Amino acid sequence: MAVLVVADHDNQALRDTTLKTVAAAQSLSNEIDVLVLGHGAESAAQAAAKIAGVRKVLLAEGEPLGRMIAEAVEAVIVPLMAGYDALLVPSTSAGKNFAPRVAAKLDVMQLSDVVQVVDAETFVRPIYAGNALETVRSSDAKKVITVRPTAFKAVAGEGGSAPVERLSASAEAPGTRFVNEEMVVSDRPELGAAKIVVSGGRALGSAEEFRAVIEPLADKIGAAVGASRAAVDAGYAPNDYQVGQTGKVVAPDLYIAVGISGAIQHLAGMKDSKVIVAINKDADAPIFQVADYGWVADYKTAIPALMEELGKSGK
Amino acid sequence: MKVLVPVKRVIDYNVKVRVKPDQSGVDLANVKMSMNPFDEIAVEEAVRLKEKGSATEIVVVSIGPSQAQETIRTALAMGADRGILIQHDAVVEPLAVAKLLKGVVAEEQPGLVVMGKQAIDDDNNATGQMLAALLDWPQATFASKVELTGEGANVTREVDGGLQTLSVKLPAIVTTDLRLNEPRYASLPNIMKAKKKPIDVKSPADYGVDPTPRHTVLKVTEPAKRQAGIKVESAADLVMKLRNEAGVL
Repeated sequence: MAVLVVADHDNQALRDTTLKTVAAAQSLSNEIDVLVLGHGAESAAQAAAKIAGVRKVLLAEGEPLGRMIAEAVEAVIVPLMAGYDALLVPSTSAGKNFAPRVAAKLDVMQLSDVVQVVDAETFVRPIYAGNALETVRSSDAKKVITVRPTAFKAVAGEGGSAPVERLSASAEAPGTRFVNEEMVVSDRPELGAAKIVVSGGRALGSAEEFRAVIEPLADKIGAAVGASRAAVDAGYAPNDYQVGQTGKVVAPDLYIAVGISGAIQHLAGMKDSKVIVAINKDADAPIFQVADYGWVADYKTAIPALMEELGKSGK
Repeated sequence: MKVLVPVKRVIDYNVKVRVKPDQSGVDLANVKMSMNPFDEIAVEEAVRLKEKGSATEIVVVSIGPSQAQETIRTALAMGADRGILIQHDAVVEPLAVAKLLKGVVAEEQPGLVVMGKQAIDDDNNATGQMLAALLDWPQATFASKVELTGEGANVTREVDGGLQTLSVKLPAIVTTDLRLNEPRYASLPNIMKAKKKPIDVKSPADYGVDPTPRHTVLKVTEPAKRQAGIKVESAADLVMKLRNEAGVL
């Protein structure tokens, strides 16, 4: 069987999510092609050609594709699927946006947020915000799969030398026009890809306090900043900081939860982290049930002490 | 302009989900059910459009068992005008739901469909996009702001790393994200009034749709539980353990 993986990239380089989605594809097939959609994305296509085990790279470019407009993406992918048995898409906001559109056009039921490939028909995916896992068998002839990248180990981004084929397919989205984009500019690593995440909760009490406590700690250890839904809803942190069922799902090497009680909705977004540290003055907070290292302490004294300790050894 | 709002009856988001011991699914017996939170946001957005004079009528549709009428009543109490229940007791997947909604759209001819970005039970995040595809309509998913502009809508979307604003021609599909609005509570007089609003009951066959699932659920299991670790007593202790024991600093 032949499978098509849609790359996640910034036109220059591939994101880690692409390598993880290729890993998921490898459990299905050895005939893996990677589709790079973008605008001025030649470098990304060249990077995709180097992924170990990739047969061929397809590159389609155009302005709506540079913005990943779902209708334009659909127009490119649907005709290509005549030659493939499965489409694998990283579960990013762009992937979640266009993949179901492709599935509906192919008259197949999408397999969303797959965390494990059992065999070519059978997949495991989280339901109820990760509080249960369902194993499903798809009877559809073709599979459209969104892949939760954090569940797979990235394949090597070097070592391959696949040919790059440029597609001339037109990609129009007549009903949709891009207006603008406001991306958060930050020197910190991206939340979804960071090795360390420091998150703050409602206990912080204000946006000023969140900035004064969480951000310096994050910067000290090169971490991304996250927040619980309670903190976001209270206005202490911006929307895109939210870690949880309805926000971002992260799985860093180290997750430090400060003043977060550990609502189910939050745990769903971070419980696959390698090491979890919880700092909370309430010894009964549910976050301690998942934390590898729990510290029952008021953040007001704990974080300055932690900063000092980190500073001592040159970090 | 008529606005169509699909709503789903799901396990209440505050309920702790329990997987059945026989792995056949999650236990729904005697569990509180509510409107999917994202759908509530969709209903609220439609009601606000009507209050602003941009929408003339709000039609709410639900696909599910007869109890889904309660979910429709909740939407009617929030300010929707009438309801349609497509009664079906078994599980319906997003693809079948999208096909049924396509039938409803053909009958009702709405100028805008506003719906939740995902249901918090099966977490598929697919129905809105699928409906847009079947209708060949533009889609603006994960909306945090919707502004009608005459023959179109400017929709600000929550995307990885920030916000993206698209302008879509109507008719279009908008799916709601968490921060689009804060849904109102229905007042008692409005709850009483909602009891008199009409709900049409239909079946999937009325729309010529076969709702048989394409996926067979082989089992539902609990995710591996994380074990609680150890307690530390000081910053020095924590930093030492993270460096030497866990090796993550």
